[in-house]
Amino acid sequence: MTGPFRTPYPGYDVLDKWDSPSYDDATREVLRARTTPPPRRFLSEARFAVLAALCDTVIPQPRARPVQIAPFLNAALHDDRGTGTRFAVMPPDRDAWPLGLDAIDAEAKAHHDGTGFADLARPERTLVLKEIDAERLRAPDAWQDMPAQKFFRALVLKQIAQFYYSQPAAMSEIGYGGPASPRGYVRLNAQGIDPWEAPYGQWKETDA
Amino acid sequence: MTRPIGRRAAEAETDPRAVNGCAPDVFSRDGTVPMREFPESEEVDFVIVGAGCGGSVLAAKLAEAGMSVVLFDAGPFFRPLSDFASDEYEQEKLYWLDPRVSDGDDPIELGANNSGQAVGGSTVHFQMVSLRFRPEWFKSRTKLGYARDWPVDWQEMWKYYAEVENALKISGPIRYPWGPKRGRYPYRAHEVNEAGLVLARGAEALGVDWAPTPLCTVSAPRGKSPPCAYRGMCKIGCSVNAKQSMLITYVPRAIRAGAEVRDLAMVGRVETGQDGRATGVSYHRGGEWRHQKARNVVLAGYSIETPRLMLNSATSRHPQGLGNSNGMVGRNLMVHSNHAVWGEFEDEIRWYKGPPSMATCEHWNYVDDDPTKDFDGGYSFMSQGPLPGDFAGTLTGATGMFGDELLTAMGKYNRMAGLKIVGETMPAPDNRVTLADESDPLGLPRARVTYAFSDNDKRLQRHSLDFMSKMLGAAGGRNLLETSSTAHLMGGCAMGDDPETSVTDDMGRSWDIDNLWICDGSLMPTAGGVNPAMTILANAARIADRIVAARNG
Repeated sequence: MTGPFRTPYPGYDVLDKWDSPSYDDATREVLRARTTPPPRRFLSEARFAVLAALCDTVIPQPRARPVQIAPFLNAALHDDRGTGTRFAVMPPDRDAWPLGLDAIDAEAKAHHDGTGFADLARPERTLVLKEIDAERLRAPDAWQDMPAQKFFRALVLKQIAQFYYSQPAAMSEIGYGGPASPRGYVRLNAQGIDPWEAPYGQWKETDA
Repeated sequence: MTRPIGRRAAEAETDPRAVNGCAPDVFSRDGTVPMREFPESEEVDFVIVGAGCGGSVLAAKLAEAGMSVVLFDAGPFFRPLSDFASDEYEQEKLYWLDPRVSDGDDPIELGANNSGQAVGGSTVHFQMVSLRFRPEWFKSRTKLGYARDWPVDWQEMWKYYAEVENALKISGPIRYPWGPKRGRYPYRAHEVNEAGLVLARGAEALGVDWAPTPLCTVSAPRGKSPPCAYRGMCKIGCSVNAKQSMLITYVPRAIRAGAEVRDLAMVGRVETGQDGRATGVSYHRGGEWRHQKARNVVLAGYSIETPRLMLNSATSRHPQGLGNSNGMVGRNLMVHSNHAVWGEFEDEIRWYKGPPSMATCEHWNYVDDDPTKDFDGGYSFMSQGPLPGDFAGTLTGATGMFGDELLTAMGKYNRMAGLKIVGETMPAPDNRVTLADESDPLGLPRARVTYAFSDNDKRLQRHSLDFMSKMLGAAGGRNLLETSSTAHLMGGCAMGDDPETSVTDDMGRSWDIDNLWICDGSLMPTAGGVNPAMTILANAARIADRIVAARNG
C-alpha cells in the first residue's frame, strides 16, 4: 500500500497566476464558472451519495476545500454530454452509471453485512473497489451482465481522474504549469524553468 | 449536435455563426469576414460534407477554380482567440461526443482519440505531426508483399505533399533522415523540448536515427499567426493561432475564393433522383431539416461519418446504401496502434512544454531486413507530452490504480517521459462501419464500429514495446509502464483500380454514382506507419486538381 500522497510542490498554486499573461479571459470565465457546482439533477440522492463516496475514494483530498467532482459528473449525465464511445458490451452511459452505482453499493453491502458503500470508511471502500477491478464479485446479479472492470476503469476511474486532473488544485499539486494562454513557455529543456513555472520539486531520496 | 458542451461561447454550439453573408473572422475575437451565400434552390457545383483535412482543401481549390461550393460541417465555427480556454474539460467541445457503438474483439475508443466536430475537423485538436508516407507504401502489395496497392503513384503524391506542406508552412528539419530526398521544409524546425531530447538520447544510445518532428505550427510569424508559444495544449485547441489548422488556413481561403460554409449543419442524407444520381443533401440546421441542391456531392466526414452517411442514404434503387453495390462501404476500416512506454526520470522533464511530439523516429518504417522484424508494415514513434487529465486517463485505464497510488503516480508527472507509436495495422474487411439499431437525437441511425487487431498487428505492437522499452531505458528511464491504445482512422471507403474491391476510383469518384465523391481519410487503402493528416491533405489537393482538370478538359 502506498502511504498518503504528499506534493513535491508545496506552496505552488497555478491560481496565483490568475492576473498574469498565463491566463486569458476564456480560461478565467471557465474556471470562475466551475467554482459553483451544478445542482443535483440526474442521479437520485442515494446514488449521488455513492458517486460522491466513489470520488472520495478514487481521489482522496485532505484539503480544506476539496475539488468538487461528483456534481460535474452528474451534470454531464443530465446533459447527456457523451464521450464519443459506447462500448457494445456496456449500456448507454445514462443507464450504465445508475446500474453501476447500485452494483457498487450492492458489493459493499455483500462485503460488510448490509452497510452501503457511502457509509464505509475509505480503507473499506478501497478494498471493495479493488475486488471489483479484479472482477471478484460478491453481488454478480447486481451487475446485470455489465462487465464490472470495464465499468470501473472505462467510466468510473477515467472520468473521475480526467476531471480531477483538469482542475487547478490538481495541476498545482503535480507541479504542472497550468493555464498558459497567451503566454506559454520559453525554456523547453531541462537546463531551465521559466519564472512562472513551479520551482523544482522537493523529491525524497526514495523517489530519486 | 444540439447541446452546448462548453461554457465559453456556448452560443457557437447552438446558433450557426456563418449566416447573413458573414463568417467568423478566425483571427479576431469577435469579427466577421464577408462570405458568399448560395440559395438552396440553386444547384451548386459541389456540396462538400465535412470541413476537415479533406473537405477544406477541396473546397478552397475548387472555389479558386471558379466553381460554386457549399461546405457543410456538423460542428461549430470557433474563433480560437476568444473561444478556446486552457482547460481540458471545456475543450472537449472540439470532439465528436455523440456516441458511436464500438464492438469487435478489440473495440476502439472514439471521440477525443480520433474524431473532431468543428469547422476545421480534427486538425483543430490534432498534435500537428506532419509526416509523409514511405514511397513503397503506395504499392505495399507489389513492393513489400502485404495489404493492397494505392491507385496512385508515389511521385505524384510527393508533389502534393510539398504543396500542402508549403500551404501550411510546416516547420521541420533541414535534413530528414529517412526516405528519398525532400525539399527543405518551409519553416525552420522548432527547438526540441526535453521530452524530445529523451528520445534523441535513446536513439543515439541504440544507434538509430531520430529527427525533430516536422510540425504544423509555425516557428516564426506568418501573416496573422504568431510563432508557437509552446503552451503544449495542441490537443485541446490552439488559442493563439500558431497551429495551422484547416480552421485558420484552407477554410478562410475557401471563403475568400467564394465558397460558403454552413456550420452546425448535420447532413443526414444524400438525396438521389430517379436516375440514381445525387441531387443534393438534406441537412439539419437551426432546428429544422433543410435541403441543398447540387450537381455533385462530396463526402468528407472521415472514416466513420462518410460510410454512415452512405448507408443512411439507402433508397429502393440503392438498397445497400449509396455507392455500395459491391458491399465495400464501411469495410477495411483501420486505426493506428498507439502503444506506448512510459518511464520515470531523475530530472524534471516537464513534458508539458511545447507541442507534445517534438522528436520522432521512423527507423522501423524504413527497415525491411532486420532479423527482429517479425511483422509486415511499419511504425514510427514520437516523444510524448500528455496533459494531466489525459495522462491520468492513460494510467487508470492501463493499471486500474486509484487513491493514493494514483495521486503518487501522478505526482511524478514532471519527471515522466514516454514514447508512443503510430503503428500500421492491416486492412481487414471485417473491421468495418455499419449502422447500429439505435439513433442519435436527430433520428439518424448511429454508426457501429467493429474492430479486431490481426496477428500481424499484435506482433508489431509487441516489437514496438520491446524496442521503445530498450530505448527509454537507455535514455535513463526507470519503472517502465506499457500501455495500449489506438489513434487515427483510415479507410472504410477505399479507393482503388478494381470496382469489385474498392468504393471509388483513383480520384475519389464512386464507382456506382458518377456525381458522388469521397475526399477524406476513408479513401486510404492502407494506413502506413505515420500520422495520416498530411496524406489526407495531399490526396485532397490531388483530387481537387484532377476534378478541375477533368472539368476543363
